[in-house]
Amino acid sequence: MSARPPIAMLAELTHRCPLSCPYCSNPLELARQETELGTDDWCRVFREAADLGVLQLHLSGGEPATRRDLVDLIVAAREAGLYTNLITSGIGLNERRLHALDEAGLDHIQLSLQGTTPEMADEIGGYKGGFARKMQVAALIKEIGFPLTLNAVLHRRNLHQLPRAIEMAVEMGARRIEVATVQFHGWALKNRDALMPTMEQARDADAIVKDARKSLKGTLVIDYVPADYHSDFPKRCMGGWGTTGLNVAPDGEVLPCHAAQSIPHLQFDNVREKSLNDIWYNGSAFNAYRGTDWMQEPCRSCDMKLKDFGGCRCQAMAVVGDAAATDPVCIKSPHHGALQSQADDFSHNDTADLIYRSAPGKAVPEPAE
Amino acid sequence: MIGPDDIPYLPRGVRLHFDRVRDTWVLLAPERAITLDQVGQAILAEIDGARSFGVITQALAAKYNAPAEEIAKDSAGFLGALKDRRFLELQP
Repeated sequence: MSARPPIAMLAELTHRCPLSCPYCSNPLELARQETELGTDDWCRVFREAADLGVLQLHLSGGEPATRRDLVDLIVAAREAGLYTNLITSGIGLNERRLHALDEAGLDHIQLSLQGTTPEMADEIGGYKGGFARKMQVAALIKEIGFPLTLNAVLHRRNLHQLPRAIEMAVEMGARRIEVATVQFHGWALKNRDALMPTMEQARDADAIVKDARKSLKGTLVIDYVPADYHSDFPKRCMGGWGTTGLNVAPDGEVLPCHAAQSIPHLQFDNVREKSLNDIWYNGSAFNAYRGTDWMQEPCRSCDMKLKDFGGCRCQAMAVVGDAAATDPVCIKSPHHGALQSQADDFSHNDTADLIYRSAPGKAVPEPAE
Repeated sequence: MIGPDDIPYLPRGVRLHFDRVRDTWVLLAPERAITLDQVGQAILAEIDGARSFGVITQALAAKYNAPAEEIAKDSAGFLGALKDRRFLELQP
């Protein structure tokens, strides 16, 4: 199996975050601060990434702004020749820090949006006053002139706010909005009954995105992640396992995708012990689902197999219990019908409470009885 | 459609980059990397935010000894697609 070099790397600098969104993509077992890679380690990893062929560096978390060395990390990443993208809630950024990031050469900011009103955003983020601070940060981003993508995360509770989210992106001067319907991994998997959109909401969102793409052509680019469980064809997850991108967790573990730790039999290498190059080309986790040799039916004989690579391995694991199975979102999966009726049930559960993400080192909360 | 008097420029956050691992030029933009062929690289390298599209196509025509109209036609499509994705802007 010969792999090509990766284009993108997601550096999860920390799992610490002032927000506690119930759909957080971090794993249920969060890395503690004392296990996080230090500044020198990250800088070395950035150079190794550039040598390996990575062009795009996404600095994420948790909230990356909780790292005190964020500005130094951006400087190092730019020196390594990487395009730097900061994925942030905005909390932890102020005018002084944004100017320092500007001087450091930060290329682009992706700002998350939990809701279009303070009530919605603060409830979903679990952080009072968060929306107001985010709006201040958005104004500063515009003033400084950073290229901006607004990342609106949508689910049953806030999908009705999609039209306003698109307007807000234009007002903020964003060139792009990511309309991201929640993907059910990590913490979101615990909240499927509270967050699953209805089929009707999913189809409304399709129509809203289609219209907005037309009316805002040349003004706002819309990237759309449709509601997964209400689709008939799976997503080409990660552009294909081990083909395009890699993920470095706060403690230095290197993952083929941010949810890969949910596949229990995979073993992950750590940048503290091996080079990124060795891990990408020879790591067992990266080779586990590369190419098509691992596929079962119906993927194996499917003419879509090089287009969608069988969909998402973590979703196959979570829903079917077999990471090598066809993603159950696929209409050809024997589990597709069950998934759709499950989605319908989840989406009509009116009493489900949100289970918020906890802080690193804390036990996973259980829903109130 | 980009006209001969339009002055294109690459906005902040969009830049040409030589990819030493793949030995090719790429256009880096927010969360995207576009591999450029020789023609694409040649056009983008001329864009300086000062000269008009017409002047640029004339320069390229002289440099590559090709008809300016043909170059204008080919590159207008390429630049128009970049503009639609907000990877290229026109001076007001």
